[in-house]
Amino acid sequence: MDSKFKQLVIDNSDSIVQKWMEEIGSLKSGNYTATISDELYEGTNREFVNVIFTSIRNQGSTKAVEDFSEKIINLGWPLSYITDGLQVFRRVSTEYLLTQSDEMDSTYFSNVLTSVDNWVEPLIRELVNEYSGSWEHILSLQRVALQELSAPLIPVMEGITIMPLIGTIDTERAKLIMENLLEGAIKHNSEVVLIDITGVPVVDTMVAHHIIQAAEAVRLIGSTCILVGIRPEIAQTIVNLGIDLSNFPTKSSLKKGFTKALEITGRHVVDIEVKENNIEQLIKSIQGE
Amino acid sequence: MEPQSCVNIHKEWDIVGARQLGREMAKKLGFGTVDQARIATAVSELARNIYLYAEKGQICFEIIDNIEHRGLCMTAVDSGPGISDISQAMQDGYTTSGGLGAGLPGVKRLMDEFDINSEIGEGTRIKAIKWVR
Ligand SMILES: Nc1ncnc2c1ncn2[C@@H]1O[C@H](COP(=O)(O)OP(=O)(O)OP(=O)(O)O)[C@@H](O)[C@H]1O
Ligand SMILES: [Mg+2]
Repeated sequence: MDSKFKQLVIDNSDSIVQKWMEEIGSLKSGNYTATISDELYEGTNREFVNVIFTSIRNQGSTKAVEDFSEKIINLGWPLSYITDGLQVFRRVSTEYLLTQSDEMDSTYFSNVLTSVDNWVEPLIRELVNEYSGSWEHILSLQRVALQELSAPLIPVMEGITIMPLIGTIDTERAKLIMENLLEGAIKHNSEVVLIDITGVPVVDTMVAHHIIQAAEAVRLIGSTCILVGIRPEIAQTIVNLGIDLSNFPTKSSLKKGFTKALEITGRHVVDIEVKENNIEQLIKSIQGE
Repeated sequence: MEPQSCVNIHKEWDIVGARQLGREMAKKLGFGTVDQARIATAVSELARNIYLYAEKGQICFEIIDNIEHRGLCMTAVDSGPGISDISQAMQDGYTTSGGLGAGLPGVKRLMDEFDINSEIGEGTRIKAIKWVR
């Protein structure tokens, strides 16, 4: 029975595809795909229906399914495009098969339904799995990328290291900050570590607690930790929270913190005036004579 | 903007969502940057306490706007274990989780009005208001 239905659908694929394309086309307006160009929409629909028919013809052609769901993700189309498309296919082919026969008893009816379900269901499962699998893959890649960015250490000069923090700090990131800070301070042999919180939107008790612990740990390995980039509003909220930062050095800006770090490491910045004087003299001497 | 909006707290990142909504409403009400930071921090404390001690709950924001005053009211509600000794929990440095114990007393100082109700086994309800000056 099933193979008979299958042959019928394959033999009449033209009229089924046409009906399917019409229905899918009407879904476009006022829907998620409203902003997509007509050519792209139609082209993709054609590809979609080809994938469906390939899959019905020889069950197990996963390559086409894989490629197609990847394409939908790259286009940024929602999962509902896939599920809608298959629902419409289910309806269109069921309707077609029912009109092809004069027998209208319930056995025939249920045979048609079972057959169509058998073709469509594995395809739904496969496409949805592929689609969500790709998303999970993208997500895990981004998580790794984000983690690499989340607590960077920059050894700016012999003995001085900076950790610029940008964005929200959750517990996972707070732990990473602590680890990287200690590891980095030892690796770069840093006398001074500057933690820059200019880019941290909110410093609550959890963030403050982790920063205090990190600074304490840095102190234990014999280095100094300076907290810099404390915006005025953050300074106020820290005071309101009653958090005591008097035990470790803070500076309002990275610039001031860096000057302090130079001081601690026994250095200071000198302007190279001599050279400029030379240039001025040179210009004068050219203009003068 | 809705006069009242709520954020469910189930996972850690919901704290960020609550904070952003609180800050956004504070900005629209005309609070300055310092008060915006105070409000965002208070939300963060209450939301984190829900996440840590009650696992889940809700933070609701309400705009108060009448002839007498304008302000932002936040309510943190959970059906967690409750707090046995409220005056102890309100003390600076009291913590059961190895934290700083600065959250609750901090929120009281960050905001203008503060009201806490808690029943063992029933849950905790904290209401705090900041007035626009
Ligand atoms: N929603 C809550 N449900 C149950 N217990 C709570 C709740 N909020 C606070 N507590 C209790 O009150 C104590 C004090 O809370 P508070 O926020 O002041 O400090 P903390 O959370 O321990 O540390 P910090 O907020 O400084 O990181 C907590 O340790 C906890 O035992
Ligand atoms: Mg707390």
